[in-house]
Parts: sequence; C-alpha cells; structure tokens
Amino acid sequence: MSDTLATAGRRRPFDPVLLYKALFLAVVAVFVAVPLLATVLGGFKSLGELRTNPFGLPQVWEWQNYAGILFSGRYWQLLWNSLVISSFTVVLTLIIASMAAFAFAHLHFFGSSLLLSYLTMGLLFPAATAILPLFIKVRDLGLLDSYFGVILPQVAFSLAMSVLLLRRFFKDLPHELLEAALVDGCSYIGFFRHITLPLSGPILATVGTITFVQSWNSYLLPLVMLNSDALYPWPLGIMVYQGEFSADWHLILAFITLTLLPTVLLFIFAQKYIVAGLTAGAVKG
Amino acid sequence: MSGRGDAIVIRSRPFHGPAAKSRPSDGRLATALIFLPPALLLFTIFVVMPIGEAAWFSGFNWNGFGRPTRWIGLDNYRFVFDSRGFGIAFRNNLLIIAVSLLIQLPLALSLALILAERFRGAVLLRMLFFLPYVLAEVATGLIFSFIYDGDYGLLASIFRAFGAEAPHLLASTQTSMLAILIVVVWKYFGFHMMLFIAALQGMDPNLVEAARIDGASRWQVLRHVVVPLLYPTIRLSVFFAVVGSLQLFDLVMPLTRGGPADSSNTMVSYLYNNGISRMRVGFGSAIGVILFVICVTFAVTYKRWFMRNE
Repeated sequence: MSDTLATAGRRRPFDPVLLYKALFLAVVAVFVAVPLLATVLGGFKSLGELRTNPFGLPQVWEWQNYAGILFSGRYWQLLWNSLVISSFTVVLTLIIASMAAFAFAHLHFFGSSLLLSYLTMGLLFPAATAILPLFIKVRDLGLLDSYFGVILPQVAFSLAMSVLLLRRFFKDLPHELLEAALVDGCSYIGFFRHITLPLSGPILATVGTITFVQSWNSYLLPLVMLNSDALYPWPLGIMVYQGEFSADWHLILAFITLTLLPTVLLFIFAQKYIVAGLTAGAVKG
Repeated sequence: MSGRGDAIVIRSRPFHGPAAKSRPSDGRLATALIFLPPALLLFTIFVVMPIGEAAWFSGFNWNGFGRPTRWIGLDNYRFVFDSRGFGIAFRNNLLIIAVSLLIQLPLALSLALILAERFRGAVLLRMLFFLPYVLAEVATGLIFSFIYDGDYGLLASIFRAFGAEAPHLLASTQTSMLAILIVVVWKYFGFHMMLFIAALQGMDPNLVEAARIDGASRWQVLRHVVVPLLYPTIRLSVFFAVVGSLQLFDLVMPLTRGGPADSSNTMVSYLYNNGISRMRVGFGSAIGVILFVICVTFAVTYKRWFMRNE
C-alpha cells in the first residue's frame, strides 16, 4: 500500500484524489487480507491465545497444529480423492468437449446448429435445479458412492461452456489448413488429432483450468452422491472435520489453511489461465 | 446465444461450402457420428433428463424408493408456495441480488477504474482481490464462521476491545443474512472487478485522450466516455451476479445451514434442507422446477432485452 502512496506522491505535487484512491485501496486490501491472514496465523496459535490475541503474530508458534494434520492420513486422503475426481473430470471434459466442438466448428450438417443450441441450454440453469432426479438417476445407474457418480455429472455440466469456448477457438484457426489437409487426403479425424489439438494448447489449458477449479471446489454434487468418508473430496472432509472439532478453532483454521494451500499454489502458478479462463472465458460463453 | 452462433455458421459457410459440395462423401457425417454422441449422451442423461424428470416427479408424493405412485397433481407446488420457508428463501435470493447490484458492482467498478492503470502494486492488488473468488465456497464459509464466532472470532474481539458484548451474528435470525451478504461481497467482487479491468484494458485510449483534450474534466470523462463504453460489461456483470445469486448454496452451509429458523436459506439451501436431506422427492423436485423456470426465464428475457447485440 505504501508503494501506491509513494509513486502517487512522486508524480504530482499533491493531488487529493490520489490520496483517496490509495486510502480506498488500503481499506479494501485490509478487508480482503485480514480474514485470510487471521486464518493462516490462527492455525499457529493455541486455543487460549486465539481468544486473547486474534490479530497479531503468535507469541508461541504451535507447529504441531499443522504437523499433526500433515502427518495424518486423513488430510492426504481428502486431497487424493479431490485430485482423482478433478483429474478425471478435466480429462473427460477436454476429450469429449473438444470432439464435439470440432464437429460443431467444421462439420456442417443438417441440424448441427440446432444441436449446438441444445447443448448450450446447459448454460441457462444450475445443476442444483435437478439435483434430486440426478441423485435417483445416479443411484439407478449403480454409481452412487463412487468417484464416477460425481465425475460424470460434473463433466456433463461443464460441457456447454467448454464446447462453446473450444468451438470459438477452433473456428478461428486458419481455414486454409483444413482445406489443404483435406486436399492432401487427410481425414477429419486425422486433422483433429494432428493439427487442431496441437495448435489448441492455450484454449485447452484455459478450459482445463476452469473445469479443474470448479471440480476441485465443488460441494453439492459430492455431498449428494457420496456416502463413505473414504471417498470424500476435501470440501466435504473439511465440513466433517469442523463438525468433529467444533470448538477447537486453532485446529480447524490449520486444516482450512492446508486444504486451501493447493488452490493458492495453483493460483500463483497458473494465474494467467485462471484469470483468463474464469473472466474472459465467462464473457465469451 | 443461439442467434450469435447462427450468424457465425452462416458467415463461415463460404469457406466450407465448395469443399463440401465437391466431395459428397468426405467423411464428415461419419466423423460427426463419432465425435458428437459422447457429449450429447452425457448431456442428455445427466442434464436434460433430470430436468424433465423433476417436472414429472414433482406431481408425486414420493420418498425416492420403488416407483412413484401417489400422484398428487400440483399439490407440491402449493406446498412450496404456502411454506413460510420458501418465501423467506426467495426473499433472501432477491436480497443477495440487490446487494450484488447496489454494493458489489459499484465497488468492483470503482476498484477496476483505479487498478486498470499501471502503477507499482496494481497487479499484486488485482491478484489479492481476485483470490477470494478462486477459493472454495465451503472453505470461505468456514473462515467467516470463525470470524463471526461469538467467543473466538475476530469480530468478537473487536467488540470486546471497545468493552461491548460480542454479537453472535450467525445465531440470530435478525443478523444471519447480513453476515452471509458480507461474505458474498468479500468472495465475488474480485471476479466482477476483473471483468471490468479486462474491458477497460481493451478500450481505445484515444477516446479518453480526445475527451481530455476537448476540455472534459476527469469526472466528465468518466461519466460520459468510460462508463458508457463499459455498459456491455456492466450488463454482463449484472447477468453473472443474478445467475450466481440464484444458485448460492455452498457458502450458506458452513455459515448457517440456512438457519436459525430458516432465516438465511437461499432457494437452493431450502431445496437441500427440505427436499434432499429428507428425501421428499416430489417437494424437492417442485422447488427445482420453480428454480429452473426462474433461471431460464431470467436468462432468456435478459439476453433478449439487454444483450441482443452482444
């Protein structure tokens, strides 16, 4: 924050507007950062200190709060479950959506735009609206309480947006490529595999990142479809943990911090795709 | 959306038309028959059919086991509309929309106007403000249930520092919804801010420059040049705010589970608490159908009225 003030001060003699801007940014930054910092630091405190010293640095750093969780199988089990569910969701979404998007981008046949409209209906309503029939369907398919009971509905719900984004990108690739390939006797499937997909790295990364973040954070579908703790992804596990240690806030805060750690790391390293995917991606949808 | 898709199809026909005509059996149909079914099948089974089934199940009094046999017509809809809880949940959804539009959107817009400019720390602040959007709703809810905690929470200690009694925000029917609304703003303003920043950065700087040269004040430039250019993005942001509010659920569960006394339910959490957790399939499906109708009506009307050219 002091950076803003410093650069602002250097540029012009004195401008009250810049001061207001800097103050405004400072207030919002505090509003956003304090809950996060308090969570991370709270995990290092004892329960007693949490009550007397909620804002400051811990007087005694209680590393065992974090260590206890890191050395428990439970934490890793939750992350593993989330990783399995999210990875399968991403891979299946990318394969199925890019095939459909390719067909909608390049193969014009009777009814293709109608089918595309049918698919994009999925953008109009949330998964929650039909969650009860979905539960019954997954149960009747024998997929209840299995990874795929969560994965398949997640893929189905992410298809509409993914197909739209991929189709847009595929259409923007130079048409001469397709013309030339077809003249040279390349099949559409060969063109898709050897030309379209290798050229589509950025959009696949974007769609993959959106799908991953959504799946990694999702709560309602796993809550409805899974019964056994052993399969719970972390958002469910964290709720169970909170239920067990209801008043031991120092442990809960440590647990929250550790479960958020992968998201924050991914955010730092894949910032570009996450921001592009979640904002620009949404705009294009 | 479909209108726009059609336009693109028509525009690109000339590229494909001749090739398609000269090679009648170049494998297009075969490829389509391989490439489309997985997506269409999954979408039909897990998205479209459940909606149709929700409409069908909503006519029954059914606990989900065996087959639905007790047909009760539209009674479930009557039960939903007569219940006090659904009315509150609907009102809460409207409240979330109001706060999203009246507080969150101006906040996001003004932050974007500042942070779209280049200065040291701007990128860092953008990332900081966007971060809450990436974090899971459940974790966010838990963080704030700590902050609001009457014994250990940050809020309680601020009150105690001033010698006041700590409030239990989440435990009172008067304040539970206020507590949730604060978290909603905390979590989602960064997303809208990013939408605006992207739009501002795509804007032609010459327009602002020209207005300044013509003697417009900073406020006039903002009011008459920048904001009008942002209208499409504002309309988009409103759209996402409304659609997002209508499906809010994950955030409510760790904070209040919709309580106390149904005071902080949203329509989806009401559906969960009264339909799913008690397996009242007919009743829950009726809520789902109502939510579906609200979402689709809103989306279609909004796009037709406000986003026709985009």
